[in-house]
Amino acid sequence: MASTVIPANRAPAPTPKLNYLNNGHTLKSWLLTTDHKRIAVLYLISVTAFFFLGGFFAMLIRLELLTPQGDLMQADTYNKVFTMHGIIMVFFFLIPVVPAVLGNFLVPLMIGAKDLAFPRINLLSWYLYIIGGILISHVMLTGGVDTGWTFYTPFSTEYTNTKIVEAGLAVFIAGFSSIFTGLNFIVTIHRMRAPGLTWDRLPLFIWSNYATSLVMVLGTPVVAITIVLVAVERLFHLGIFDPRLGGDPLLFQHLFWFYSHPAVYIMILPSMGVVSELIACFARKRVFGYKFVALSSVAIAVFGFLVWAHHMFVAGISLYAAMIFSFLSFSVGVPSAVKVFNWTATLYKGSISYATPMLYAFGFIGLFTMGGLTGLMLATIGIDVHVTDTYFVVAHFHYVMVGGVLMGYLGGMHFWWPKITGRMYPEAWAKLSALLVFVGFNLTFFPQFILGYVGMPRRYWQYPPEFQALNVLSTAGASILAAGYLLPMIYFVWSLRYGKIAGANPWHAAGLEWKTTSPPPTFNFDETPVVTWEAYNYDEIPPWERRAPVAR
Amino acid sequence: MEHEAHNPALRHHFADAQQQKNAASLGMWLFLVTEIMFFGGMFCAYLVYRLAHFNAFAAGSQQLNIWMGATNTAVLIVSSVTVVLAVKAAEAGKRKVLVGYLVVTVLLGMTFLVIKGFEYREKFEKHHVPGPTFNFTDKFDDNGKQIPVNPKEAELFFSLYFAMTGMHALHMIIGCGLFTVLAVLAWKGHYNPGYFTPIENAGLYWHLVDIIWIYLFPLLYLISRHS
Amino acid sequence: MSEHEEHTTHSQGFYLAIGIGLLVLTATTVGAAFVNLGPFNPIIALLIATIKATLVVLFFMHVKGASEKLTGAVVVSGFFFLAILLSLSLADYLTRSWR
Repeated sequence: MASTVIPANRAPAPTPKLNYLNNGHTLKSWLLTTDHKRIAVLYLISVTAFFFLGGFFAMLIRLELLTPQGDLMQADTYNKVFTMHGIIMVFFFLIPVVPAVLGNFLVPLMIGAKDLAFPRINLLSWYLYIIGGILISHVMLTGGVDTGWTFYTPFSTEYTNTKIVEAGLAVFIAGFSSIFTGLNFIVTIHRMRAPGLTWDRLPLFIWSNYATSLVMVLGTPVVAITIVLVAVERLFHLGIFDPRLGGDPLLFQHLFWFYSHPAVYIMILPSMGVVSELIACFARKRVFGYKFVALSSVAIAVFGFLVWAHHMFVAGISLYAAMIFSFLSFSVGVPSAVKVFNWTATLYKGSISYATPMLYAFGFIGLFTMGGLTGLMLATIGIDVHVTDTYFVVAHFHYVMVGGVLMGYLGGMHFWWPKITGRMYPEAWAKLSALLVFVGFNLTFFPQFILGYVGMPRRYWQYPPEFQALNVLSTAGASILAAGYLLPMIYFVWSLRYGKIAGANPWHAAGLEWKTTSPPPTFNFDETPVVTWEAYNYDEIPPWERRAPVAR
Repeated sequence: MEHEAHNPALRHHFADAQQQKNAASLGMWLFLVTEIMFFGGMFCAYLVYRLAHFNAFAAGSQQLNIWMGATNTAVLIVSSVTVVLAVKAAEAGKRKVLVGYLVVTVLLGMTFLVIKGFEYREKFEKHHVPGPTFNFTDKFDDNGKQIPVNPKEAELFFSLYFAMTGMHALHMIIGCGLFTVLAVLAWKGHYNPGYFTPIENAGLYWHLVDIIWIYLFPLLYLISRHS
Repeated sequence: MSEHEEHTTHSQGFYLAIGIGLLVLTATTVGAAFVNLGPFNPIIALLIATIKATLVVLFFMHVKGASEKLTGAVVVSGFFFLAILLSLSLADYLTRSWR
């Protein structure tokens, strides 16, 4: 294919007739596709389905917790409900969502490539995810598991009668989906950048996905072998974690959390990348401190591997190890703070507009900051001893995972929806949904900080009556939050038929993905771009492009 | 060294054959890193338990067949040499030599597995397989001194032994299967000096499996052999 | 466009020499195991294993002479993060008995 220098300020091409969506209508053309954009859409559908399944379990939890007594279900059933909620949300929603949906779609586009490095492995990743999903659904339908998503031994290896091996197999297979996605991204970003696209010109979304991929590749195999060892202990009596043989149940926790802590950075880093893109576009400014933000992603990925035992402060590790991990956990907050400060500095004297993606970005910054600060509180051993395994922890991680990851994802979905589908979503309904999400979220989870502080344990199916008021508030918030999530389902689908046709660049945003049509053609670009400009060159955008992004 | 004008193996999302080769190579290396971390979890378990239960681990180690283990180490080293020579043959376009080395590699791999099979059988006969049949009555021979050990802790050693060597053997089986397929494709002429990337990358996999054994051998078989 | 390819192919004799070296090291580690070196037995064994692994990585896996330093960086990072897993876990296990 010929390479052409595309000037930074060339007006975008008109919408073509043939694009990746209508290039082939058969089921086979979708199920055997190797086009990264179609695979992203396949993931979008499946990940959304699992989100609502996990949400269904959340609804059951919140309904049970409306009353102090355990009256909706048996205690054992409640154990299964919160376990399934955790497994599905962690492994089948939060970990894949931004990389597999937005990352798969955008990484090749943003670097000017025709596809990822290994398109068939990309398809394999999706099938592995689906197979894992089918297995976990089967587990769910045949009794579920009741160990909590953390599968602690010896309950998971010795005493529970639920389908641990099958659930473990589902997570193992989904883990390989994750590993292959990460591997694909690393090779693509190293090897397939367009001419002129040096590392210091890459969009921050690419840097974030790169750092995320490092974690996926380095961390996931450890949880994989841990699951294998649990299965092997249950099936073949190889009692690696069995205290009767001199084994240590805490070794399971070390190996489990060695992955599962970095896993939370797999979840948050891509969303942080989205936020960088949104802030730059809707403040019409280059991101302040670009190099610091880029390197902070890598720093989070690396430091994230050093802190895992802060999940084990009261489990029985030595005090000295606890102190080391506490100190390291403080250090991992620094690169996250670097990002928040740089985003804020980007906003300063920017030309800010308030389209829906920007509302989600603002929501992210506020809620992630709260979640992150409460994380630092939990890293403090003296506080953790009191609030560990209470609703304080539950509130903390929902602030970062829902207030952080999910807000970033929703912001990104709104921002790139026109690129993915060629249609705009209805702005008024989107703003309403964003408001419902924000209000609903805070009403659901802020009371949980208080509940945890005053002593309500997590994973309990009944509680003292004095905690009921806060629980009722939390459940009320959850129903508002649910409405905020259901509305986009409706209006996004509506927009596919009736939404305004978006042009190639409705936001007048910088970035290579906006220089091709909406939706893009199957091979992304008609000519391979040659990049001669820095990222977020909003100051170079020509006058006819300088209007604020359209918010209808 | 010539480049085909358009090698039929070139996939169209790549700019050129060199980019494709570099991408494939980096991809395989990253996969090997996942394998290092995968086995690493078991090495962590080994390290922790050996420090906690040294005597039982030493006693268990002394019951392993050091000569089978050493022979297997030698077999794998030779197979790594044949893999390197296979890649060299592919690069030189010597099809029959390539196939020959690939076949020898598979045979060496199967030799390893057969010897492992004999070892496992020996464990079974001595009641050293963890589970209901486990029965360990041997002592730790520490420079002549016979130190009794907790048989439960010895069972932990053998649990790790079977987990680690079993997982390694599984990777050997996969490797043998991989090289068998490549030998067939090489015989049919799929590889030439302009394209032999699968041979190289499968070779990388095989070498890593060899490296894992290079560490497993002293850690499992040589804990304390001086008596 | 053609770039400089990594042709790190050594001669057949060179690879055979490395192979023989690996076999000699194997014999050495077995021999050393039968000698009472006290606390140094495991250290010697791991040292020899690491030398063997390094030879395989550098010469059989063509890391030495690779056209990019990225390959070496990938190998090092793999072992580095394994070292983190081992050392920070040990930070717990070795200090459990401290009071």
